Amino acid sequence: MLSFEKSAQNRRANAFKLNVSEVKDIPANYLRTTRPHFPELAELQVVRHFTQLSRKNFSIDTQFYPLGSCTMKYNPRAAHVLATLPGYFHHHPLSPEKDSQGVLENFYDLQQSILAVTGMKKVSLAPMAGAQGEFAGVAMIKAYHRDRGDFERVEMLVPDAAHGTNPASAVQCGFIVKEIPTTAEGDVNLEELKKALGPKTAGIMLTNPSTFGVFERQIQEIAKMVHEAGGLLYYDGANLNAVLGEYRPGDMGFDVMHMNLHKTFATPHGGGGPGAGPVAANEKLAKYLPLPMVAKKGETFYWETEKNCPSSIGYLNTFMGNAGVLMRAFIYARMLGRNGFPRVAQIATLNANYLMKRLEKIGYQLAFPKRRASHEFIITAKNLKDQYGVRALDIAKRLLDYGFHAPTIYFPINVPECLLIEPTETESKEELDRFIDAMAKIYEEIKANPELVKTAPHTCPVRRLDEVKAARELNLRWRPEQLSLIEGNANL
Amino acid sequence: MPFIPHTEADISEMLKAIGLNDIKQLFDEIPSSLKLADLSSEPLGLNEMEMSRLMIARAPEFKPQGDFIGAGAYEHFIPAAVWQIVSRGEFYTAYTPYQAEASQGSLQVIYEYQTMMAELMAMDVSNASLYDGSTALAEAILMAIRLKNEKLKKVLLPKTVNPRYRRVVKTVLSQLDIEIIELNYDVKTGTTDLVQLSQYEDNTIAALVIPQPNFFGCLEPVDQLTAWAQKNKVLTIALVNPTAMALLKAPGEWNDTGADIVCGEGQPLGVPLASGGPYFGFLCCKQEYVRQMPGRLVGKTSDEHGREGYTLTLQAREQHIRRAKAKSNICTNQGLVVVAATIYMSLLGFDGLREVALKSHQNTSELLKLLEKKSAKKLFVAPFFHEIVMQFDKPISAGYDISADYPELKNARLICATETKTQQDLIVFAELV
Repeated sequence: MLSFEKSAQNRRANAFKLNVSEVKDIPANYLRTTRPHFPELAELQVVRHFTQLSRKNFSIDTQFYPLGSCTMKYNPRAAHVLATLPGYFHHHPLSPEKDSQGVLENFYDLQQSILAVTGMKKVSLAPMAGAQGEFAGVAMIKAYHRDRGDFERVEMLVPDAAHGTNPASAVQCGFIVKEIPTTAEGDVNLEELKKALGPKTAGIMLTNPSTFGVFERQIQEIAKMVHEAGGLLYYDGANLNAVLGEYRPGDMGFDVMHMNLHKTFATPHGGGGPGAGPVAANEKLAKYLPLPMVAKKGETFYWETEKNCPSSIGYLNTFMGNAGVLMRAFIYARMLGRNGFPRVAQIATLNANYLMKRLEKIGYQLAFPKRRASHEFIITAKNLKDQYGVRALDIAKRLLDYGFHAPTIYFPINVPECLLIEPTETESKEELDRFIDAMAKIYEEIKANPELVKTAPHTCPVRRLDEVKAARELNLRWRPEQLSLIEGNANL
Repeated sequence: MPFIPHTEADISEMLKAIGLNDIKQLFDEIPSSLKLADLSSEPLGLNEMEMSRLMIARAPEFKPQGDFIGAGAYEHFIPAAVWQIVSRGEFYTAYTPYQAEASQGSLQVIYEYQTMMAELMAMDVSNASLYDGSTALAEAILMAIRLKNEKLKKVLLPKTVNPRYRRVVKTVLSQLDIEIIELNYDVKTGTTDLVQLSQYEDNTIAALVIPQPNFFGCLEPVDQLTAWAQKNKVLTIALVNPTAMALLKAPGEWNDTGADIVCGEGQPLGVPLASGGPYFGFLCCKQEYVRQMPGRLVGKTSDEHGREGYTLTLQAREQHIRRAKAKSNICTNQGLVVVAATIYMSLLGFDGLREVALKSHQNTSELLKLLEKKSAKKLFVAPFFHEIVMQFDKPISAGYDISADYPELKNARLICATETKTQQDLIVFAELV
C-alpha cells in the first residue's frame, strides 16, 4: 500500500509543527494557490511504513549479494557513524577554510591513499559517480590533444566487453566510438586494435581486469601501441578491487582513470547511489583534472581553484563532490592501511576462484575455463537454455528463493546467457559454501523440474513483474482515484 | 585484517580446492614484468577505536545556530526518524533495483518520491533523481536540446542563476558545442531584465532557464518569462528551490500552462549540509517529454498473479542498453538520499513543508529589519524568499561573499535565515555584523 493510500485529511505528525503567520510582503501573483497531494500521516505511521518497505529489500546487511562488477562488500558501520558526527553532518560546504581544516585534511589524506594505490600523480575527488569520472577523464584527454593543436583525434576506442557508460561518456564529450573485439580467451584482439589505431585515435578506455573477469595479459603491449599511435589510455576502475594494493594502473601504462569508491572503498550503494568516482592522472594529464582539489601549504589545507589550475576542464558539481561518501571512503582506507589493501585483492581473488572451481564441478559452464578468475568470473547458461529451456534470468530469479541476491546477468553483452559473479573479500567460506549448495540444488532442479526454475521467484513479495506492461502503460506516479473528492484547486 | 572473515585454515582449504598452495599464485596470469605496488608511504591500519578518535579530533565545531550561509545549500531541521530509517541496512546497503522482486522496498520509495516531486512541482512526471542541482540543470538543458532535435543549440541562462551551476553547465555543454547566452539582471530589482529578450526572437533559441527564487534570493517574474518563451517556441526550464514551492507558484502553473522541464537541488528536503554532499538533483517534465528524460524511472506494473509491483522502466533510454546512443551516460542515481527526502516529505506533509517555507521567509524578513537598523542596505527591491543581498559600508565576514561572484556588487553579502533560527540567533547575528 502506498503512503498516499494510508493518508487521512488533516492528520499531522505534530512534532514538526511550526508557529507561523501568513505571508504579507509577497504579492499574490507569486504565490501558490493549489494544494499538492502529499500523504497526511502521524509519525509512527510514517516510521512503520518505511520500516516495512525496507524489509522488502535484499541488501548486503541481510544477504550475500554477488552482483558482478558492483563489488558489494561489507559497508562498515563505523564509516557511517563517524562520517555523520554532528560537526561533519551540519557543516556548510561554503564555511570558511579556516573552520573546515579537519574536513579538508580527511579529503587530503584520501587523495594520498588513492595516489598510493593507483600509481598516479594527482587526483580530483570531485566526480560524483564512476560515469562522471569517465566524463572527466575523457574530457581531459580531449583537452590534452587540443592543447597540442591536435584536432584530428576524434575517435575513442572501447572494447566490446566494456561497461555501457564508457561509450556513453565518450559520446557526451563529442567523440566517435570505435568498438574493438576481444578474443575467445577474453583478451583484446591486438590485430584489430592495430587496424583501429591511427592519427584519429584520441585514446582507449579499458577495464583491467576486464568485465570478463580476467586480467588483460597484453596490457603493457597495448599501452605501447596506443602511445606510439599518439593516443592515451583511460582506466575504468570498476574492477580495481581485484588488484588493489598489488598492482597499479599507473604502472600498467594508463594515463588517466577513475575509481569507484562505492565499490573498492566500501561506501554504501544506497539502492542505486550516491557513489563517488575520483579521477586520477599521470604527469601528462594532471593539469586538466576537474576542480576543486585539496592542497596543503605548510600545515594548512586549502581548495585549489581555477586560479592555480587554469587548464582544468572545470567543475563537475555544485560544491566538492559527494563529500559524505568521500569521508566514508577515507575512514575505510585508513582502517585498512598499507597491509590491508593487498589483502583485499588476495582474498577477493581467492573467493572468486574458489567459487568458480566449485561451480564448475557442479556442472556449470565457465565462459573462460582456461583462465584464472580475477575477483569475479562468468558462467554461461547457454547449454542449459538449449537443453532445458532455462535461461540465466531463471537461475537468477531462483537464487532469490534461496535467499541470495542474483549475480549480474546478461552483462557483458557478448557472452550469451551469462551470470557475472563477484563474491568480494568480506564473504566467509561458509557463506560461499551455502551459495554453492543452492547452485547445486538449482542445477538438479533445472534437470528434474525446469518449470520450477522458470517460474521463480516463488517466495518474494511479488512474482515476476510484467516489464512490457510497465513500459507500455507507463504509470510513473500515483494519482488520486476519486479526483472529485479532493479539493484540487482549493485555496490553502 | 578488518572486514575479512577468513581464518588461515579457510585459506588453505580454499587454495587446495583450487589446486594451489600459495595465495600469490592467484595472480600468476599477470605478467611478471609488471611491478608490484609499493605502499610504503601509506600508514598502517587503525582499529575502530583509534579511527573514532581521529574523526572526532578532526570534526569541525558544531554550531547549532548555524552560520547564515545558504547560496545553494540550506540548513533545515531534519526529524530524527529520517536518518534513523535511512540508516537501516536494507536501504543503506542495497544496490540499484535490477532484480525488482528483491527490491520492492527501494522501488516503492522511488515511486512515492516521483509522485511527491511531480505534485510539488505541479508537473506530470519526475525521474528517480540525478547527482545534484547543478548536474540536473545541465541534464535539463541537454534534454531540451534533444527535444529540439538538436537543431537549435543556443540556450538562455540568466546571470541570476547560481554561479556554481553556471560553471558546471559550461563544463558539460562546452564538450558538445552548445552556446550559452547569459542574460543580464536589472540592477534595481535583482531579477532578469525582460527588455533584452526581444533580441532573441529569431527562432534560434532552444531553451530559457528560469530560476525561482534566483541566486540573490529574489523572486523572478516567472509568468512573464514563461509567456515570452511560449510565444517564441522556446522551451522553459524551471530551476527551483523545492521548499519554496510549498509557498510559491509551482512551475507547472507558470503562465497557466507551465514550464516544460523542472529541475533543482533536492538538499533542502531532509538532507544534511554534510560538507557539500551527497545531495540529489531532481528533474520533472511534461508527460510528452518523458522519453527524452535522462536517469532512472520507476513504473508501476503487476506480476502474473495480478499483484501490484514496481520496476525500473523505459530502460531503453539508458547507457547499459543503448551504450553510445544513450540519452545520458548517467548510471547511478542518488537513491539513498532520495529515501531521506521521501521520508522527510512524508513526515512533514504539505502543511509542514509550507510552514518551513513560511517560517524561513519570516525569519529572513525579521533579520532584514534588524540589519537595516545597523545601516546595512538591501540591494534589490524584488520580493524575496529566504535569502537577501545586503550591502555594508565596510567588508564583513558574515554570510556568503557574493561580491566574489559579482564584483559589481561591492561589500555585499548573501544572507540566509531558515526556520532553524531563533529570535535570539537573529539578534546575536545582527549585533555581530
